[in-house]
Amino acid sequence: METILANAVEAIAGATGYIYPNEFELHWGILIVVYPYLTGLVAGAFILASLERVFKVSALIPVYRLSLLTALSFLLIAPLPLLAHLGRPERALEMFLTPHTKSAMAMFGFVYVWYLMVVLLLELWFDYRQDIINWARKSTGLKKYFYYALSLGSTSTSDEALAFDAKAGRFITLIGIPSAFLLHGYVGFIFGSVKANPWWSSVLMPIVFLFSAIVSGIALMVLIYMVTTMFRWKRINMDCLNKLGLFLIVAMIVDFSLELLDFIQRLYESEESINILSSMISNRLFISLIISQIIIGSIAPMAALVMARFRKVPDEMKRMLYFIAAILIQVGIFSTRWNVVLGGQLFSKSLRGLTTYKLEMFGLEGLFVSIVLLIMPFVILFVLVKILPPWEGGHHEPMRLAPAESKK
Amino acid sequence: MEQDKPKIQRRDFLRSCFKKLPVLVSAAYIISPDELLASASDDYNPDEHNYAMGISIHKCIGCGRCADACKTENKVPRDEHFFRTWIERYIIPPDGEAEVDSPNGGIDGFPKADEKKEILRTYFVPKLCNHCENPPCVQVCPVGATYTSRDGVVLVDSSYCVGCRYCIQACPYGARYLHPETHTADKCTFCYHRIVKGMRPACVEVCPTQARVFGEIGKRNSPLHRFIRFNDTIVLKQWLNTKPKVYYSGADGEVR
Ligand code: SF4
Ligand code: SF4
Repeated sequence: METILANAVEAIAGATGYIYPNEFELHWGILIVVYPYLTGLVAGAFILASLERVFKVSALIPVYRLSLLTALSFLLIAPLPLLAHLGRPERALEMFLTPHTKSAMAMFGFVYVWYLMVVLLLELWFDYRQDIINWARKSTGLKKYFYYALSLGSTSTSDEALAFDAKAGRFITLIGIPSAFLLHGYVGFIFGSVKANPWWSSVLMPIVFLFSAIVSGIALMVLIYMVTTMFRWKRINMDCLNKLGLFLIVAMIVDFSLELLDFIQRLYESEESINILSSMISNRLFISLIISQIIIGSIAPMAALVMARFRKVPDEMKRMLYFIAAILIQVGIFSTRWNVVLGGQLFSKSLRGLTTYKLEMFGLEGLFVSIVLLIMPFVILFVLVKILPPWEGGHHEPMRLAPAESKK
Repeated sequence: MEQDKPKIQRRDFLRSCFKKLPVLVSAAYIISPDELLASASDDYNPDEHNYAMGISIHKCIGCGRCADACKTENKVPRDEHFFRTWIERYIIPPDGEAEVDSPNGGIDGFPKADEKKEILRTYFVPKLCNHCENPPCVQVCPVGATYTSRDGVVLVDSSYCVGCRYCIQACPYGARYLHPETHTADKCTFCYHRIVKGMRPACVEVCPTQARVFGEIGKRNSPLHRFIRFNDTIVLKQWLNTKPKVYYSGADGEVR
C-alpha cells in the first residue's frame, strides 16, 4: 500500500529526468483515449452480431439486431472525439477531400466511411426492410411517411424480394466481418506504426486492439441486453447470456495472452527503451496498468465469468456475476486504451525522462466533454431502438408476413 | 565567409554582422509555400538544391544565441515549451547515466553544473528538425500538410494543417510543436524564406563560433561538403532509418 501511495504522489509531481522541450505538453489527451475505446465497442458489437448471422449461433438471436443498432450508435459518435481534438476542426473534411494516401490516419477515414455506409447501414437496411414496410403499412400520419421514407421506396414483400434481402444481408455480413476487423485493426495500426515511439511500435498492436475490441463489444452487449430486458419487464434468456459469457471468456483469454506475449517479448528483447518503459510502468502507470487494467479489468472478470459459466450456481447468481464481469471489463478496456494512448506519451523520446498528464475538467479536451461523448451513443441507441425495435424478427424468419405487432 | 555564391545583399550582410541578430524578413510561419518560393530570386531553381546542416559539438559554447535568433526570426512563441531549435547540455560522469538539461532551450545560458560531482566530459548539442530524407512526419500527415520541398527541406503548410498532431507523435526527435496561435504544427524550416534568397538560416548567421554549418548535399564547393569530409559525423537515431540531414561532428552515443 505504501508503494502505491508513493507512486501516486510521484505521479503528481510532474516531469522527472530530461524531456525534449517541445514534449512538455502531451499532444493526445483523453479524447484520443475515448476514440479507440468507442471504435472498439463498434467492432466488437458488430463481430458479435456476425457470429450469429454467419455461423448461425442461434442462441445469440436475442442480441443480434440490438448489436447492430449498438454498433451504429457508437460508430456515429466515434469520430467526434477526433474532431474535437483537432487544432483546426473546420478543416477536418480535408482528410477526405485531399487525403495523403501514405498516411494511416487518412486511410482510416475511408475505412470508417466504408464501414458505416456500405457495411453497417446496408446490413441494417436489408435486415429491417420487411419490418419497415410492415410498420409503414400499419402506422398512420407522419409515422407512415417516415417509415416509407426509410424503406427508400422499395416496398415489395414478395417472396423473391424477401429472399433477396436475406441473401444480400448474408453477403454484406461476409464483407462486414473483415471490415470490422479492419476498422479496429486499423486503429491499432495508427499507433503501432509510429516507429518513433517504442511503447506503440509493435506489430502486435493491431491484433491486440482487435481482440480487446471484441472483448469490450461483447461485454457491452451483455450490459445492454441485461438492462434493456430488465426495463422491458422480460425474462433474460439464459442460453443467450451463457453463450455471450462463453465468447467473452474465449476472447478474453486470447486478448490477455496476446498482451502478455507482447510484454514478455519487450522484456526479453530488452531494447534501449526498456529502462524508461519499466520505470514508467512502475511509477506513472502503476495504478492504471497493474491495478485497473490487469487486476480489476482482466483477472477479476475472468474469474467471475469462469465461476458463472462453469460452476453450478443459480441463475440469479450467474446474472449478477455476468453483470459485474461486464462492468469490470469496461473499466479494464478503458484503462487499456488509456495506458496505450497516454502511456505512449508519458516518457520522453529522449528516453531520459517522464512527464505527466494533466487531465482538464471543462475544456474541449477535458473530462466533461469525454463523459458526454461516452453517454451520447446510448442516447442515439435509445432513439434508434424506438424507431427500429430490435426485439423480434430479423433475417432468420425471412418468410414472415406482417405479424400482429404486440409491441410498438 | 564560406558561402559559395552569395546572393546576400551587402547591406543585409553588414547589418546582420553588426547586430549579430537576424534580420526580420517576414512572418515566416504563416506564409504559404508558393509565397515562399515567390520570394526567391528569379533565377532560383529548387531542383538544384538539397539543403542540410552540419553541427560541430566541439565548437558549440551553449550561448543560446541561435535558439534566441530563431525565435525572433520565425516568430516562435517565447514560451519555454515551443522551439524550432534548442540546445541541450550533456554532463557525462565517469560512470553512470549522462545528465541532460536544456533550461528554456538554452536561450538564457545554463546554470552552473554541480561542482561536487565528478565530471568526465561535458558538451552542448544544438537540436532542430533534421529535415529527414525519409521523414516519418511527412508519411503520417493525413492531409499532406507536411511535405518535402523540391530543395530537400521539410515544411509545414499551415494553411492546410488540420492540427491532428500525428506528425508530432511520429517525429523521433521532438522537433515539432503545435503553434498555440495557429493551432497547426510548426518546426524548423531551415529559414526557408532566407535560404531561397541565398542567405543562411538565422541560427547559422548568429553563431559566434561557427558551430553550425549550412550547405548542400552533393555540391563539392558547399561548406557542408567540406564539413562532412573533414569530420567524423553521425546522425541521430540512425537505426530508425529516417535518414536525417543534420550531421553532428564530435557527438557520441549518448546523444539521442
Ligand atoms: S526531424 Fe522530425 S520533423 Fe524533422 S523531418 Fe525528421 S521526422 Fe520530420
Ligand atoms: S498536425 Fe498538421 S502537419 Fe501534422 S500530421 Fe496533422 S495535419 Fe499534418
